[in-house]
Amino acid sequence: MQRHYLLGNEAIAHACLESGIDFASGYPGTPSSEVIDVLRVQKDPAYYVEWSVNEKVALENALAAAWCGIRAICTMKHVGLNVAADPLMTSAYTGVTGGLVIMSADDPFAHSSQNEQDTRCYAHFARLPCLDPAGVQEAHDMIRTAFEISEEFRLPVLFRPTTRICHSKGDVELGAVVPSTRKGEFHKDPRQYVVIPAHTRLLHKKLNEKQPALKKRLVERGLNHSTIKGKTAIIASGIGASYVQELLPPDVSFMKIGAYPIDEEWLGEFARKHEKILVIEELAPVVEEAVRQVAGCVPVFGKINGYAPYEGELSPAVVAAIMVKAGFLPENPFAAMEPVQNLPLRPPILCAGCHHRAAFYAIKKVFKESAIYPSDIGCYTLGLQLRAVDTTICMGASITVGSGIAHSGEPRDVVSTIGDSTFLHTGIQGLMNAVYNGANMTVVILDNRITAMTGHQPNPNTGVTATGVESPPVSLDAICRACGVTFVETVDPYDTTGMVRVLEAAKARKGVKVIIAKQMCVIVARRAGVKRGRYAVNPEICTGCGICVRFGCPAIEFADEKARINELCSGCAVCARLCPVGAISREAKK
Amino acid sequence: MTKSFDILIVGIGGQGTILASNILGEACLLEGRHVKGAETHGMAQRGGSVETHIRIDGQYGPLIVPGTADLLISFDLLEALRYSHFLKSGGTMVVNRHMVLPTSVFTQKSPVPTEDEIVAQLARFNPCLIDADKIAIEAGSSLSQNVVILGAASWSIPLKAASLLAAVKKLVPKKTVEINAKAFEMGRAFSRTR
Repeated sequence: MQRHYLLGNEAIAHACLESGIDFASGYPGTPSSEVIDVLRVQKDPAYYVEWSVNEKVALENALAAAWCGIRAICTMKHVGLNVAADPLMTSAYTGVTGGLVIMSADDPFAHSSQNEQDTRCYAHFARLPCLDPAGVQEAHDMIRTAFEISEEFRLPVLFRPTTRICHSKGDVELGAVVPSTRKGEFHKDPRQYVVIPAHTRLLHKKLNEKQPALKKRLVERGLNHSTIKGKTAIIASGIGASYVQELLPPDVSFMKIGAYPIDEEWLGEFARKHEKILVIEELAPVVEEAVRQVAGCVPVFGKINGYAPYEGELSPAVVAAIMVKAGFLPENPFAAMEPVQNLPLRPPILCAGCHHRAAFYAIKKVFKESAIYPSDIGCYTLGLQLRAVDTTICMGASITVGSGIAHSGEPRDVVSTIGDSTFLHTGIQGLMNAVYNGANMTVVILDNRITAMTGHQPNPNTGVTATGVESPPVSLDAICRACGVTFVETVDPYDTTGMVRVLEAAKARKGVKVIIAKQMCVIVARRAGVKRGRYAVNPEICTGCGICVRFGCPAIEFADEKARINELCSGCAVCARLCPVGAISREAKK
Repeated sequence: MTKSFDILIVGIGGQGTILASNILGEACLLEGRHVKGAETHGMAQRGGSVETHIRIDGQYGPLIVPGTADLLISFDLLEALRYSHFLKSGGTMVVNRHMVLPTSVFTQKSPVPTEDEIVAQLARFNPCLIDADKIAIEAGSSLSQNVVILGAASWSIPLKAASLLAAVKKLVPKKTVEINAKAFEMGRAFSRTR
């Protein structure tokens, strides 16, 4: 046995290797991305691995692989499961012949997400089993169990770690890697794979018939377990169960829920042995609702009666406060601590030399404050700080929200911004729709040729696959033209003057106009060895006007009434173009 | 259950808090100890304030509760103040003597305390202040600042210095092993004479 200090996602990826997976697909999304990122860099893998263009595509690929009898994993973040919900719901009916594990990583507190939805609700909705780990070791161990349950019940299995598991670390005991050996073989069976009404009615019945045995098996496998210690009990799931264990008084019974659906008989038997029950879980009250259905007259404390919060994430301090309120702890072991107030904030910010900042600058220069700026999901959402982002709802919605506003009668200009990966994910349909229905709007594709925010994963625009094999890069220009856009211009966002000129031409025209602002991500460029040389401010010329400072680049500081460029400078030269007195120039070689 | 020794490492995205966490985790493995940790990834890390939790002998959750950290290591002076409420009464604080000004200070002209003002506010924690940049440059590279600070903190960490040094050597890029080993030793020597 070997022990390693690993990130939750690294441990999950290793468990996939130990399970002898044959197929992996996914779309990057925090906190799920590192699983495929680990799988794709293994040396000479015997399994197939891909970054797909979106989660629906990823799941359909993995489902088909599992129909061919092989073991497949498909990864995404919780909101990605919305995109994949269409195949998900019916995959429960068709089932699988090989093992299929769908990892959908939830993000309580929305550390890096647009909402706090709960994957367990999808599992309930689709009637699929869902495994819910409480820590890194358990997340690792559950992967093998998930494949076994999937194969036994011939159902896809959802696996829902949360941010505090994916991005926490622990000493993990790993097993031996099992090389992939299975070869896919598709056996034609229209009654399983062609869901016409006559077939699907029977498949629905079969799905429902699987439930009782499934519930029993999850208890038999030790995924749901309990210890009776006294007259009161805490029932907990996910990372919340770990926090409870830190605080649990010795005379309080404990039940750990690690898998759904929960066996009601088993749960009811436990509940009736106690005089009161507290439920601790993050996100939706999934366990609590199950407990309330079987608890009879035993009082239940949880979110529904206001003892625990619906929003945000749990922590030992939050759990302690809930336990005190519900009478499970005499007093809070943690003193309330106040952080020092009024310190300057240090929010995440676009990198020094990021070309999105340059593109936003040019856009604002032409379209001013009055225009409406729908945007999308990626690093460039940080354009909010530059007041260049007015809406963000979900992947691909910058263009559809833009056309909706344009058709609403709102007279101001609409300029949508969307990254290349997001455009390929779900942006194209919106563009086609906008052209088809005659919207008046400008779309700027912020093209850095990579999926940057989640850790620089390649996409069809990059020119390489997940494993680094060369592939033909798509032409964003050709896609836009094929959607019917006649004004499509590709510009270098570092060339502020050139980009402004093209934006002005777009502003003057009706219809849908697309500008592709193309430049390498500054981090990728640095790693690739691109050296542009730093810039410096000549303090004798600088008038201290602050134009470069307001540009907002972290490489530009201001002290003693003069601007100064620090060592973060990547040499993009945009500030030198903005300076009205020519005080900024390339640093002389030392 | 043994009580865990809880270390909070804070700084700015890109300063190497995650490498420092990996070094501590690896040293725990070398000594056969359990360890848990939590860190910041994704959008939240781009040049922003970041926190990394490490719980030596941790058995359950990865998070440290405010007011309970045994040791606070900060790679930036301002961030030390921002997270100072995590430190328990009598806990140890090891802090880089310098501050990177947040960009918000320039773009929004928000008021900012000076380095001396922050040092004065931190005085009640009796921090070990270290000019990590200067020592790192002496060791051979400004990039080894995180290892310098870890070396300075090593006296208060319940792990053998030899385990920490072995972990440093294992985890830093091969070309920089010598510089980082020196950085660790110099950081450690600095706080001994403090």
